[in-house]
Amino acid sequence: MTFLPKPKLHHPDLATNGLGYTRRDYEGAISTLCAGCGHDSISAAIVRACFQMDLPPHRIAKLSGIGCSSKTPTYFLGNSHGFNSVHGRMPSVLTGANLANRDLIYLGVSGDGDSASIGLGQFAHAMRRGVNMVYIVENNGVYGLTKGQFSATSDRGARSKRGIVNNDEAIDLVSMALLLGATYVGRSFSGDKAQLVPLIEGALAHRGAAFIDCISPCVAFNNHEGSTKSFDYVREHNEAVNFLDVITGRDEITVDYQPGTVEVVRQHDGSLLQLRKLAGDYNPHDRAEAISFLQHRHAAGEIVTGLLYVDPEAEDLHGYLKTAEKPFNAMTEAELCPGSAVLEKINAGLR
Amino acid sequence: MLPTDIRNPDYFHKVVDCQWACPAHTPVPEYIRLIAAERYADAYMINWRSNVFPGILGRTCDRPCEPACRRGRVEEEPVAICRLKRVAADYKGDITPLLPIAPEMRNGKRIALVGAGPASLTVARDLAAIGYHCVVYDRERRGGGMIRSQIPKFRLPEEVIDEEVGYVERLGVETRYNTPVDSLKALLDEGYDAVFVGSGAPRGRDLHIPGRKEAADNIHIGIDWLSSVSFGHITSVGKRVIVLGGGNTAMDCCRSARRLGGADVKVVVRSGFEEMKASPWEKEDAMREDIPILNFLVPKEFTHADGKLTGVVFEKVRAEYDAKGRRNLVPAGEPDIHIECDDVLVAVGQENAFPWIEAETGIEFDRWGLPLVDKVTFCSTNPKVFFGGDSAFGPKNIIWAVAHGHQAAISIDLFCNGEPLHERPPPDVALNSQKMGIHEWSYDNAVSNDHRFAVPHQEKALALADIKVEVELGFDDRLAFNEAQRCLNCDVQTVFTDSACIECDACVDICPVDCITFTRNGDEEDLRTRLNAPSQNLEQELYVSGPLKTGRVMVKDEDVCLHCGMCAERCPTGAWDMQRFLIDVAQAGSACSRH
Repeated sequence: MTFLPKPKLHHPDLATNGLGYTRRDYEGAISTLCAGCGHDSISAAIVRACFQMDLPPHRIAKLSGIGCSSKTPTYFLGNSHGFNSVHGRMPSVLTGANLANRDLIYLGVSGDGDSASIGLGQFAHAMRRGVNMVYIVENNGVYGLTKGQFSATSDRGARSKRGIVNNDEAIDLVSMALLLGATYVGRSFSGDKAQLVPLIEGALAHRGAAFIDCISPCVAFNNHEGSTKSFDYVREHNEAVNFLDVITGRDEITVDYQPGTVEVVRQHDGSLLQLRKLAGDYNPHDRAEAISFLQHRHAAGEIVTGLLYVDPEAEDLHGYLKTAEKPFNAMTEAELCPGSAVLEKINAGLR
Repeated sequence: MLPTDIRNPDYFHKVVDCQWACPAHTPVPEYIRLIAAERYADAYMINWRSNVFPGILGRTCDRPCEPACRRGRVEEEPVAICRLKRVAADYKGDITPLLPIAPEMRNGKRIALVGAGPASLTVARDLAAIGYHCVVYDRERRGGGMIRSQIPKFRLPEEVIDEEVGYVERLGVETRYNTPVDSLKALLDEGYDAVFVGSGAPRGRDLHIPGRKEAADNIHIGIDWLSSVSFGHITSVGKRVIVLGGGNTAMDCCRSARRLGGADVKVVVRSGFEEMKASPWEKEDAMREDIPILNFLVPKEFTHADGKLTGVVFEKVRAEYDAKGRRNLVPAGEPDIHIECDDVLVAVGQENAFPWIEAETGIEFDRWGLPLVDKVTFCSTNPKVFFGGDSAFGPKNIIWAVAHGHQAAISIDLFCNGEPLHERPPPDVALNSQKMGIHEWSYDNAVSNDHRFAVPHQEKALALADIKVEVELGFDDRLAFNEAQRCLNCDVQTVFTDSACIECDACVDICPVDCITFTRNGDEEDLRTRLNAPSQNLEQELYVSGPLKTGRVMVKDEDVCLHCGMCAERCPTGAWDMQRFLIDVAQAGSACSRH
């Protein structure tokens, strides 16, 4: 089997961003996932979001665990920092990295196995601590690498490719993230980049724990009739509550909408989230309402997508812990090791 | 837009830009792949079937394919198609067993061909191979026409002409060389079933300015001079030579003069350097041989003393463009300049001349002296007489003459069988999947990042010392392979099956040139504004699918597709497939021989 690298030649009119990079500069190695994998679309969406936001690739750190989803950081942002950690341990490694250097943009990429099974505890604590990160779960409802067993996010009643019915209740990571205090929560679908790209952009601009559950059909093991995470099923049951446009820098809002149909949210970094409402008067600032809405729509068989909750004024872990602003790698030896006198003082304070 | 009808042979033919641009529609990517596979004889035969003179064209073609080459739109330079053709000719070995043999039984029809140039020889080859008795007349001792008389030997060695003209002659074509035709009527009276006129544009245009008569001994008409040089009647020229004119003939003149004793050779053109008719590479070759090209100078007068040319006076002009963008040369208002010289070569154009065609033959001419010829059938106003090459529509180049020849041969064949000339035989088309495995194709789909390779040249001093030393040495096998790998295989088509598509976006994400978009349908103008990449090249088609499950359509802009097959490799359902599209434009008798 040969995998050719993606040809270097590009469209002669390929756009450049504010940094002079093309979208191609944000790509990584060629994917070795199955052809048609939803994860590749998510990688492409991340590439597009980072390109459009003019993010310097070398200021991004992408971390992952184990699984199909966790392989994907190789396939995007080839010029960024990467860390492929132990199964389910991406959140703690990312938390450590973030504490050591808050200047980088942290992108955690995980899957339903990595986050809802082995790493469920890690996921929970990263959310409740408010680690400043984008946490993307590429959720396909099966264990693709081990040939298609149900994962913890697989819906009760869904059928596997071999016809077996899943009897276990599904873990809904979006509801959990809301319960655990995540300050930016969204759900999307790999087959809808128009929705997914701005959702990732908003998350990248957000301070605090931003969580995106992205349904990503597994074409090899979970794209059949009876699956609740197939292209067809998700398209049929997708209920988008809003449509997001992310406006960074000094861009003016030029689009006119009917009054009351658009809400503009300003995040701490000045970026504007322009939310076009699609489902009645859904309010993305009420955590309790969001949880209840999700439960009701889920009971009705719908998959709610869009930006479900955002707290634009959120704090993050550094704020709670009052850590030094300077990254460790920029501190001098004297700053890092203040000496035995200081240690004595600290120890004395703890007696 | 309506779904694209890929069963129309023109659709995918157009995607193969080089083949579509070639007047003879030679299957370029197919033979380039064969060159990369070192199957030179097979590559040669594909060419031979399509353009009859691969070795000659591989050195002299005007290459309409290269400006069309898709590679030139995604990178700086097109593939060196022309020089790869020469590679096939250089390394083919003995191909005589592969050539057709004239049928033992002829069909009883006799065709006269006037002139043994590329157009006539193409007609003769197509018709002789299917049983016609072809009789070729030429005033020269040997066949080849302008190929032999006008193209200098340092660009095209004599042996190449002998070889490729010979392949045609040996198909049982009767040659009547040293036999000028001076009456069409007499020829028709000999009872030929049809006559093909491929006598070229044999008259070089003169320059009637003061001093022309007085200095006549040192003023030569370019094509006549080239032909005298070619046949060895002229072996020297003055030290200082001025060549007037900016076409390829002028380039051949100045470079020939450099080899015959011209130490100080200049080309002087009326137009600007950029607008010159000569191919860019021929201008480069001339300048590389220390021949300056002076532009915006209009010859006013030949100066002379004692009946001997002393130089040329030029008026300086500049270009002015009117509201319609037409260019006018107006005096620049600067003093005239006088350039001294010993000889002048006038290469300011060629004309047709048919003093041998009598009015009673029923052949009508337009006001420029060109025969009235049907652009599709090449039939003149006498149903038995066909024209092709430069004699039909004025000076063009060899590949056009070949294309005309093929069409005229079809017409003659139809005419002799009493069939309507306007019902042209359809092309042979094949579309076959190239899939061999999950990530394997039967063509080399990796895209080379190499830039165009230059053809090695003979050392300048050696080249200038002898007019018969060929300047271009041709690619060696290594360079040829690397250059062949630059070809994007545009004939391996991206074929889309809408019923198989699950709209997973994998093809959109992987496409290196962003040519695929899934969107709601619209008319072409609207769709072009909504594609993933700017779609400015309106000459390139949009490939539109039927409606998909979500109601959207797939739109692919063919413009800069690399034919790398990544879309098909990343497609989980085989909705995309890479299929090789071979189109063989019909030739005389092809319809009958195959069915």
